[in-house]
Amino acid sequence: MSWFLMQKDLPGRKRLMLIITSFLLPLAVWSVISYTPFIWHPLMKVVDAGDSLYVEEGQRISISVFEQENQRLKESGGSVITGVRANPVYLPPPHKVLTAVYTAFKTEPRRPGDPWLHESLVHSIRVVFYGFMLSSIIGVPLGIMCGVFDFFSKLTEPFFEFFRYMPAPVFGALAVAVLGINDSPKIAIIFIGTFFQQVLVIANTTRQLPSPLLEAAQTLGAEGITLFKKVVLPAIAPHVFLDMRILLGWAWTYLIVAEVVGTSTGITWFINQQAKYRIYENVYAAILMIGLIGLFTDMVLAWIGRNLFVWTGGRRSSFFQMLVEFVSTPRDKTFSIVDKRGLRHE
Amino acid sequence: MNKLQLPSYKEQAPEVAERFRKLKEREVILETADLTKKFEVEKGAVTALEKVSFKAYRREFLSVIGPSGCGKSTLIRILSGLETATEGSVLLDGKPVTKPGPERGMVFQGYTLFPWLSVKKNVMFGLEVAGRSRNGAEAEALQWIEMVGLEKFVDHYPAQLSGGMQQRVAIARALANQPRVLLMDEPFGALDAQTRAKMQSYLLQIWRNVDITIIFITHDLDEAVYLSDRILVLDANPGRVNEMIEVPVARPRSSKQHLNPEYLATKAHIESLIHPPGDDDDDTLPMIKLTKAGDEIV
Ligand SMILES: Nc1ncnc2c1ncn2[C@@H]1O[C@H](COP(=O)(O)OP(=O)(O)OP(=O)(O)O)[C@@H](O)[C@H]1O
Ligand SMILES: [Mg+2]
Repeated sequence: MSWFLMQKDLPGRKRLMLIITSFLLPLAVWSVISYTPFIWHPLMKVVDAGDSLYVEEGQRISISVFEQENQRLKESGGSVITGVRANPVYLPPPHKVLTAVYTAFKTEPRRPGDPWLHESLVHSIRVVFYGFMLSSIIGVPLGIMCGVFDFFSKLTEPFFEFFRYMPAPVFGALAVAVLGINDSPKIAIIFIGTFFQQVLVIANTTRQLPSPLLEAAQTLGAEGITLFKKVVLPAIAPHVFLDMRILLGWAWTYLIVAEVVGTSTGITWFINQQAKYRIYENVYAAILMIGLIGLFTDMVLAWIGRNLFVWTGGRRSSFFQMLVEFVSTPRDKTFSIVDKRGLRHE
Repeated sequence: MNKLQLPSYKEQAPEVAERFRKLKEREVILETADLTKKFEVEKGAVTALEKVSFKAYRREFLSVIGPSGCGKSTLIRILSGLETATEGSVLLDGKPVTKPGPERGMVFQGYTLFPWLSVKKNVMFGLEVAGRSRNGAEAEALQWIEMVGLEKFVDHYPAQLSGGMQQRVAIARALANQPRVLLMDEPFGALDAQTRAKMQSYLLQIWRNVDITIIFITHDLDEAVYLSDRILVLDANPGRVNEMIEVPVARPRSSKQHLNPEYLATKAHIESLIHPPGDDDDDTLPMIKLTKAGDEIV
């Protein structure tokens, strides 16, 4: 079967191959640039400085400077500089970055009292988490109310529509003035960046609720709060959940802005610090880490979504079922999975 | 071609006449008086219904038929309370209808099962809303599911069922509330011919077993004649009552009756009401030939 069929899903094997390739391809490009000396490598890394007074071992100089200097040295009879072709420091090869992902956690901060990498990461996650939580606690119920009642929609949405065009970062200075220089202004930036979008997006999702479902429920006797609890909420839940996944991604993108508000903290601080020390593999490692955390959270949320909203085509895995029962079943009962395997004796 | 001589649709065999006499002695369940519905649109108002009055007796099967846009859906939505009439009133057991309620079950044309609930939970919905205990509701729901023949599918989600099965669940769900009337708006409109025929026979069986008055909307003549005691024929623009027809076909009904003279006579009469003779001209497309068909059909 062909790889190119319009609007047709590829079979599982081919899909998996492509998914892996999508990661391998950029990695391959990066490797080729890093490991093939005649591709790019615009600099010379000095191995032995010879008699040169200008360069020292390990320094990266441009090829033209290298040749001029050697020319001069030859003419004056000194020993020449030797070196190898190299890429700029800001492009470390993959293996260095990969080791850095591991070693960065182990390296002690240069200045005592500075946070370790994992501390920086935790700090970042905490800021995003609080900002997003705070936004969601108000934003989700408000969004749903806006989607259901025109009253709330007209009361809030026009202003939010206007407000969301003011980029969250412009409130940085204000947030610091009002909330001080600690984490509060950062959380505020994430909140501002998320909240207004969140209300609008969730209101819109809620408005998509098919009215025949509401009407059917009404003819079955449901009204008021029952209608809301038994129809509106379950009907929109999977869609709101998907919105939340997307919104969480947006909240992450505001993190980097938020972290330079007031005092620089978290992963942004770490990255800036490492860039200052010119340890670029750590910069890449930290960036990679943010990506991985984002991807991981999203995959976990997607998995939870599939298990929670089985009617949308997913299936409840026995692991999830066990988790649910673990939280919700009285302790003297066996898990249903144990029951099913016939281990239970009545 | 010699024209088949049909009896008048008004001629009723003695047992049919007797049935109608008894039917009309029963209590009136649903009654409308001069229902008028106007929709406000950009330029003025559209009159969807004008002075529609009729009565439905207990355990009657009443169909409403009429050309597209004559206000059938509007009528049934007013009966259900989802829409309010501009003028006139709807009385259920003598009490005016103002809002939707469980004593008027409804089955829609589209699929309106709750996708997040299993078949069983869907049927239990109304019972739980009414505050019934979970166990009681479950036992009762299972009975209704059995009645529509879906006991093997109690734990399936609606998306896992065929269209016909979904409509059967919808019927069970509406009946579980033990409503006084069952309102059905083209419930089988989206089904293929075979499934539709099956569903019609299911519906008749259910109706025979349950004390329920059915108001059934359709634009399918066969369906109306096959199922109904009486048929309310509506005119379009504005939707008015044209005639209330008593179907002279004996019960129990079966598909064999489709060729009975009284069946054909009734059908022919409704046909003439909905598509008056000479109306056919509208159906002819303008002749525009783009290519030669070769073997020309005249
Ligand atoms: N919400 C509305 N606003 C404005 N006009 C409406 C509305 N609902 C229905 N109408 C109009 O009322 C008339 C009757 O509509 P209705 O849907 O009741 O017809 P119907 O007999 O059910 O048609 P069909 O056989 O196609 O289902 C139509 O002319 C329609 O345009
Ligand atoms: Mg309709």
